[in-house]
Amino acid sequence: MKNKKRLLSAALVAVMLVAVVAGCGKKDSGDSSSSEGSETFKIGGIGPLTGPAAVYGIAVQNGADLAVKEINEAGGINGKQVEFKMEDDTHDAEKAVNAYNTLKDWGMQMLMGTVTSDPCIAVEAEAEADNMFLITPSGTAVDCIKGGNAFRLCFSDPTQGIKAAEYIGEHGVGKKIGVIYDSSSSYSKGIYENFAKEADNHDLEVVAAEAFTADSNKDFTVQLKKIKDAGADVVFLPIYYDETALILKQAKDMEFDTTFFGCDGLDGLLSVEGFDTSLAEGVMLLTPFAANAEDELTKKFVADFDAAYSQTPIQFAADGYDAIYAIKAAAEEGGITPDMSASDICDALVTSMTKIELKGLTGTISWADDGEPDKEPKAAIIEGGEYVMK
Amino acid sequence: MGFLSYLINGISLGSVYAIIALGYTMVYGIAKMLNFAHGDVIMIGAYVVLTAITGGINPLVAVLISMVVCTVLGMTIEKVAYKPLRNAASPLAVLITAIGISYLLQNIALIVFGAAPKSFPDFIKVPALKLAGGELVISGVAMVTIGACVVIVVALTFFVNRTKQGRAMKAVSEDKGAAQLMGINVNATISLTFAIGSALAAIAGVLLCAAYPSVTPYTGAMPGIKAFTAAVFGGIGSIPGAMIGGILLGVIEIFGKAYISSQVADAIVFSVLIIVLLVKPTGLFGKNIQEKV
Repeated sequence: MKNKKRLLSAALVAVMLVAVVAGCGKKDSGDSSSSEGSETFKIGGIGPLTGPAAVYGIAVQNGADLAVKEINEAGGINGKQVEFKMEDDTHDAEKAVNAYNTLKDWGMQMLMGTVTSDPCIAVEAEAEADNMFLITPSGTAVDCIKGGNAFRLCFSDPTQGIKAAEYIGEHGVGKKIGVIYDSSSSYSKGIYENFAKEADNHDLEVVAAEAFTADSNKDFTVQLKKIKDAGADVVFLPIYYDETALILKQAKDMEFDTTFFGCDGLDGLLSVEGFDTSLAEGVMLLTPFAANAEDELTKKFVADFDAAYSQTPIQFAADGYDAIYAIKAAAEEGGITPDMSASDICDALVTSMTKIELKGLTGTISWADDGEPDKEPKAAIIEGGEYVMK
Repeated sequence: MGFLSYLINGISLGSVYAIIALGYTMVYGIAKMLNFAHGDVIMIGAYVVLTAITGGINPLVAVLISMVVCTVLGMTIEKVAYKPLRNAASPLAVLITAIGISYLLQNIALIVFGAAPKSFPDFIKVPALKLAGGELVISGVAMVTIGACVVIVVALTFFVNRTKQGRAMKAVSEDKGAAQLMGINVNATISLTFAIGSALAAIAGVLLCAAYPSVTPYTGAMPGIKAFTAAVFGGIGSIPGAMIGGILLGVIEIFGKAYISSQVADAIVFSVLIIVLLVKPTGLFGKNIQEKV
């Protein structure tokens, strides 16, 4: 018996050793192939392609794919073709880090992602340790771009909160504000806290702030009733569209007629299958992109997107598209080549990102040293089942 | 007026929990296992109704189709995944299998129906009841849900106490071996329990999604866990217990949100559960069966 055990443990040790050695070998060969005479840029993407936040991930993927296709047809970046590969994280931090490692094995040199905040914070820590360039198209939490290697295309949570308060105050949308936020989401809580701070500066009064959590996101009658009883004339919803669809329905059932005002998480509301869009009539949201804008860039993007995916792009698609073009602009400014290592590319891009100005779908954007974008906030209102820019 | 309105919301939310809890409690009472996939059968039921109604089928027929589909699904799951493990050495084996089935159903739904939430059609056309000059609004869906819950509980109680198959269920729940010796087909009885539980899941799915009209592959997961809590709260295995437990859970949840804080509503619900179980370990209506040595 004893001998058998010893034999077994020896065999196990041998198997483990082989695995370790094989693992090292694989990694080494992977690294060398990406740094030696490689002829294409490899951009990785991470986002939720399945799971409850899949609408965002798929939109970013489609937008980015479209941008990469255009760039390759026009001759690539610095004359080299671009490869783009998106991995699924199902909006889960642990899976996002796994996806990041998978992409690194593939030979990723730059990362466009992740799409949602919580996974992005986890991946950013890894990317910072590796000195891998990261631009998140839509991760709004402050910590998404903590490191010097990371940039952001969209507004951060604090900025969204501040801009929302500014917009409501300046455009006279209302004076008494009720808020429903998701206390289990850093995105929602971050916007709400900064909105509440900024509200005072615009003579707005938050009369009721009600929370819910991801585990109890079906019934909002209590929150709505408290807000109604507090006499709010605007309900601020720094949350995602699936809960918003339920809130709008329940508000209608209890005959609560008010103005709802949301942030970029509301984008996607109109594309919920079977959603009665009349419920969303008059809902306002801060969004940098509306598919029915009249400028040439948007028109072309919407037409191409429709041809490729037979649907109208949402803001996240525009974010993905712009993020790829931001990488292109910075790569050309910094003169990087595919044979550089990911770390060297990162150093070059970090310097050049602050020098470029991108005329994108989501506005004219420039970047500060801290990685935050500078662009104009815009609001849209839903009229007749469509976003109309204000 | 606020109090009454919260109470009605609580009862209506609780009725949905109660109908789901009935499925848990019946299966536990008879097969002595926790069917964690129950919440996901609800989700499948909701998707079937949604697909049928979108395809132009009359809503009532759609609900019937969904009940048939869920019944077949529930019985299949029992035959394939639970029955072979019924006599396994550890009761944990079948529990883990149930969790596995739960994930399997979620992932199948993810592939078939996609991840994006779909809006559930508003087909329960019962007008809202307005009392006290419009101050108190009871929605049509809430009335239908509460009504359905009461009808189901009465029917189930009658079935279990007054019919041959129902009595067979009670016998199996008390002693499988003795029941078999008395000529009861234990396997068929357990199958029947799963069939009834799954048909209830279809109804629960319809009512859940009519009240909160959004369906995703994860729709059943959280209500499933809350309903399981409700079943334990009321005394698992007891039919009236599941109903009272469900309704109390809904009311406590809504009152917690309304009068204490909307941030800690779930913590309040589960604290109450812990207190109840400390005082009465078998739940409100649970029977205290003494094990003979």
